[in-house]
Amino acid sequence: MSDTTPIATKPSAGRRFGSGRNSIRQFGILFSLIAIIIFFQILTDGLTLSSGNLINLVSQYSYILILAIGMVMVIIAGHIDLSVGSVAAFCGIVVASSMEDWNFPWPVAILFGLVVGALIGAWQGFWVAYIGVPAFIVTLAGMLIFRGGNQLIGNANTVPVPEGFTTIGAGYLPEVGPSTGYNNLTLLIGFLIAIAIVAREWRARQVQKTMHSESVPLWASVVKVGLLDAVVIYATFLFAGGRVGTSFPVSGIILGVLVLLYSFVTRNTILGRHVYAVGGNKLAAELSGVNSRRVNFLVMMNMAILSSLAGMIFVARAGASGPQDGLSWELDAIAAVFIGGAAVSGGIGTVIGSIVGGLVMAVLNNGLQLLGVGSDLVQIIKGMVLLAAVGVDVWNKSQGRPSIIGLLTRNRRAPGPPEPPPAVLPTAGTPATAQPADRATN
Amino acid sequence: MLNSPVILEMRSITKEFPGVKALSNVSLTVRASEIHAICGENGAGKSTLMKVLSGVYPYGSYSGDIYFEGSEMRFKDIRSSETAGIAIIHQELALIPELSITENIFLGNEPTRWGSIDWVGAKRTAYELLARVGLRDDPDTLIKNIGVGKQQLVEIAKALNKSVKVLILDEPTAALNEADSQHLLDLIRGLKSKGISSIMISHKLNEIEQVADSITIIRDGLAIETLDIAADGVNEDRIIRGMVGRSLESRFPEHTPTIGPVFFEVRDWTVQHPQVAERLVAKGSNLTVRTGEIVGIAGLMGAGRTELAMSIFGRSYGTFISGQIFKDGTEIELRNVGEAIEHGLAYVSEDRKALGLNLLDDIKRSVVSAKLSKISAGPVVNDAKEYAIAEEYRKNLRIKTPTVDMGVSKLSGGNQQKVVLAKWMFTDPDILILDEPTRGIDVGAKYEIYGIIQTLAAQGKGVILISSELPELLGLADRIYTIFEGAITDCIDAADADPETLMKSMTSARKKVRTI
Repeated sequence: MSDTTPIATKPSAGRRFGSGRNSIRQFGILFSLIAIIIFFQILTDGLTLSSGNLINLVSQYSYILILAIGMVMVIIAGHIDLSVGSVAAFCGIVVASSMEDWNFPWPVAILFGLVVGALIGAWQGFWVAYIGVPAFIVTLAGMLIFRGGNQLIGNANTVPVPEGFTTIGAGYLPEVGPSTGYNNLTLLIGFLIAIAIVAREWRARQVQKTMHSESVPLWASVVKVGLLDAVVIYATFLFAGGRVGTSFPVSGIILGVLVLLYSFVTRNTILGRHVYAVGGNKLAAELSGVNSRRVNFLVMMNMAILSSLAGMIFVARAGASGPQDGLSWELDAIAAVFIGGAAVSGGIGTVIGSIVGGLVMAVLNNGLQLLGVGSDLVQIIKGMVLLAAVGVDVWNKSQGRPSIIGLLTRNRRAPGPPEPPPAVLPTAGTPATAQPADRATN
Repeated sequence: MLNSPVILEMRSITKEFPGVKALSNVSLTVRASEIHAICGENGAGKSTLMKVLSGVYPYGSYSGDIYFEGSEMRFKDIRSSETAGIAIIHQELALIPELSITENIFLGNEPTRWGSIDWVGAKRTAYELLARVGLRDDPDTLIKNIGVGKQQLVEIAKALNKSVKVLILDEPTAALNEADSQHLLDLIRGLKSKGISSIMISHKLNEIEQVADSITIIRDGLAIETLDIAADGVNEDRIIRGMVGRSLESRFPEHTPTIGPVFFEVRDWTVQHPQVAERLVAKGSNLTVRTGEIVGIAGLMGAGRTELAMSIFGRSYGTFISGQIFKDGTEIELRNVGEAIEHGLAYVSEDRKALGLNLLDDIKRSVVSAKLSKISAGPVVNDAKEYAIAEEYRKNLRIKTPTVDMGVSKLSGGNQQKVVLAKWMFTDPDILILDEPTRGIDVGAKYEIYGIIQTLAAQGKGVILISSELPELLGLADRIYTIFEGAITDCIDAADADPETLMKSMTSARKKVRTI
């Protein structure tokens, strides 16, 4: 690899913290999230980052964030799913009824709920992928069908759920081990995450050292890991030090596991690559041997399974399934994904970005409520934030820049490529690529 | 004919695009009641010239003057050229399929009465216009329910409604069958007798010979010559000489082919157009490829080159009717792209941006995208391998980029094409179909891509090279098939071929096809 050494030692202006282009946008949104948290922390006199509020925040928004995970994949593939709220409500009532009427033990009921979700997903996926009906229409129909289904099964009444089942929505990590004044399990998990962050960065550096031409300087890694770990440990103590009997919510654990799993699936697996390929350029993907129908089918099916899970967590938290469950969840999930940097036209988006986008909305909602702002104003503000976040990005792209967020972290590349000439003519020349750094090494 | 007055004159038109001079000092003179043909190879600048004339490229974006009926014209859009009396009928028809004939004729030009559209008057006028172009269909018929030939006539009726004096037809008969073509040509002659001039871009030399009064030949953005068909005794051979008359420079790397036995064969390949069932885009085509051989496919635009290639590549175009594919002596069935890749086929599309690449991706992901399984353990992609492989191709193919993390949209055309080639080389193909691999690429990158193609052939792979540039085919290919209207018309050894014989086979149906 001696050939690459000169590049590796070149001044790394425009270094990147993550891997891949999407991380740049994510970081911009992460900055916004931090700014919003600080803003509310000051305005609420420290109430925002109190143990009680944080715990509440996680358990109150975990199901929306779970929906965002599925939704970002749907949107990357170039579709949309409007039915998630109704599917969640339908699965919720089916599961609640299965325990109430058929005496299903709650673990069986959860599995049953996931199967129902999978069947619904297969139904919608069939229409989208194999018949070719736009997902907007299929899921608009699904929105009506499953909302009605919920009311039909529950007779428009609420159905209570038993004690054990409520763990997944209202449960906390149990108290174990010696009395430390904190929740030990939460501490343990927090510290493990902190160590994992260090280990991951170290490994990434090793890989970069052997593989990558562009490596991040040591101080940047140290600062990055230091900051992240500080945040993690601070949060750990907040979560572990809440009111006795409360700690990190179980639903938060479920969310965390799903985020890790789906980040991996979207980034590191063939299926994940195919989702991006189909969303980015369906024809090119098909001409590269990608079975786009299968991809579309799986993405729609996955979304419905996650909807079902979100519905069950909500029912568990509320203690009962009702006809109004999951109203307008689809809009919250879609908003989270777009604030998180996904493109309306598909092909772009990340799981982590969507989670951060969802947290922006959650913190905003929560902070405004703490301040006693009425729900009318909260909605207006949320709407404006969504429009502003996406609008700024779209406007910037139309100006030939990657995104305003990107400009904050990227300064190496020339401003956007020149407008391509009309398709009938050769796009000759080498404008965007002829860079001095390259000439020096080739 | 030469004594009728000049109606239109374009004087030293020059039009540049970033990095390319599409037209250089081109002049064109059209007389009243004349059919003026414009000929030239693909990309010679014919369509650009017509776009300048019709205002698609507005005044100011080119240099030179346009005089029409004696006064200087400065068209700022299509509408202003139409107002003056110049109408263009594009290759891709600009009709709206879901609207009726009447609605289409008056689209953007609706007759109004007291503020609302006067459909009764419109329909009456539509009847008259349709009669003038020889169409007897009900003007309420939806465009999608009439054939391409009739649609072409509706376009002309639409132009007539705008009291056109010069009609520009871009490849008017490219999509038409024999009878419809004849009808259209008769109509153009009829219009001429009524004082309407036509400018006709066409690849069909027999048609030009049949109807045109004069012809301007354009080559590489230059107007080479203007001939009077009758006075100069122009025939097809004469036109071809004008179109291709340039010397073959040594623009190709040195290469000695080592050709083995036939290992890939396509037999009796027949494919239907995906929408128009009666149109065959491949008509019983036979094709063989030997190991280490570069097989050229020559044909003009719309002849069915891409359609043939894509239909072979896992039936990714059209409706498969019949035919067999043999590889290494056994018949193989390629029902989808996945199977085609499995059997060692690769297809580099002519449309790099729409079909070849996901422009949102970076280089390393693009390179491995057609065979992810090769660098995966089960479902998990190995990032390190991906990087190493992309890095290897970056060096071998000399893709100019600081890092393979760079998005492919940031690369120049030539480097994008190298990424596409890398993507398909990564699939370890035995047969590479390269569709216009050097389209839109500057000369330096072209030379490098030629080198890559020859290296692939030297490795014993079979290469099928589709190109609009005859010098490219003659310089690279060992054997060349010519294709005309979906049928293979000839197969010539490159050593025996010259541009004129190729052009002849590309522009006329011939029956005898030599096989090897």
